[in-house]
Amino acid sequence: MIAIIKYNAGNIASVQNALSRLGYDSIITDNAEEILSADKVIFPGVGEASSAMQYLKERKLDKVILSIKQPILGICLGLQLMCNYSEEGNTECLGIFNNQVKQFPPLDKVPHMGWNNFEELKSELFNGIDATNDLYYVHSYYAELGENTVATCNYIKPFSAALQKNNFYATQFHPEKSADIGTQILKNFCAL
Amino acid sequence: MLKKRIIPCLDIKGGRTVKGINFVGIKDAGNPIELAKRYVQQGADELVFLDITATIENRKTLKDLVKRIAQEINIPFTVGGGINTAEDVDQLIAAGADKVSVNSSAVKRPELITEIAQQYGNQCTVVAIDTKFENNEWKVFVHGGRTPTELNTVDWARHVEQLGAGEILLTSMNNDGTKAGFALDITEQVSQAVNIPVIASGGAGNKEHFNELFKKTSATAGLAASIFHYEEVAIPTLKEYLKQQNINIR
Repeated sequence: MIAIIKYNAGNIASVQNALSRLGYDSIITDNAEEILSADKVIFPGVGEASSAMQYLKERKLDKVILSIKQPILGICLGLQLMCNYSEEGNTECLGIFNNQVKQFPPLDKVPHMGWNNFEELKSELFNGIDATNDLYYVHSYYAELGENTVATCNYIKPFSAALQKNNFYATQFHPEKSADIGTQILKNFCAL
Repeated sequence: MLKKRIIPCLDIKGGRTVKGINFVGIKDAGNPIELAKRYVQQGADELVFLDITATIENRKTLKDLVKRIAQEINIPFTVGGGINTAEDVDQLIAAGADKVSVNSSAVKRPELITEIAQQYGNQCTVVAIDTKFENNEWKVFVHGGRTPTELNTVDWARHVEQLGAGEILLTSMNNDGTKAGFALDITEQVSQAVNIPVIASGGAGNKEHFNELFKKTSATAGLAASIFHYEEVAIPTLKEYLKQQNINIR
């Protein structure tokens, strides 16, 4: 069973749809026991950082996420909330990754919206995948590069396309919306 | 490198695709899910579904359709047509739409844009603008292009960006259906006026038109309907051609 963390972020159903296409059962939940007893956890979401963090704290889901021992995958806003700090709403985040999240300077269209590649792949999430592939990104804030960066992307400036530290995995792109390549990445995560 | 997007648009009426479709191998030509899956296989970068009837009795049909689309396809899709309230948006997002597009309702009540953006983020908020060149000015039209407004298109584009739109879907009514190419001038004017992505729509008739669009404007995507439905321009052929023209394409 895969637990998808339920919080005030849009379109969580698409992650569940992607998992069921892969044949995995999943549950959308904000219940600590259900999250902690799942085989894998996914922390998805698009939305705004400060209201999302506030929602998580009110339900003590911040502590739950930090205590997870099984593989957990943050997606998009999920990745950003797993970092130290976000400029969006001046938000202290979970601090799993020692990265800062900043707003793209307006040197090109923002949000960064559409298909872009990724490079310097350094995680088992990307087994069988090469860097010529494109993934779907949609975000106005980005995580800076750091020691936990396991894939990079370049839009306006280089940023973390994926982060990993121990059992904590995160992607800025949306694997659930990235056609067959994204499906392969989700499959790799589910098989960890 | 961020790629230019190719977006097929499906017009929906009562849960079925309208405009004829003559794809080989699709048994039920009116079934939007079959068509959507075909486009995904062919390499479409996103899909847009526009409910062109948008009556109250059709809302449930649309919601059910969106739910099934979300179950079946693994690329992003936008749903538009008849969205008047934040509740309409809630239902479509809950059903699995990645983005919603508002048009006449945003002209009538611009705060709707801000309401959607605050709840779901600006990346979710697409403002569709139908525009027509008349009396030496590009003006905004509403109600499927039937009703003129006093709004200047570039001014309105700037305004919707300020209100929280994350993307503009710009359709030139002068070009729509002509197959004579996109409206390059207004597309570029709008693209330069805002810092959010602009999808150009209306007038695509052949693959050269997309090349021209991406070479001569900073539009980030090109949208078309019938040329894809009828395979007058097949998506794989189009994308291969654009790559040869040095356009960044997935």
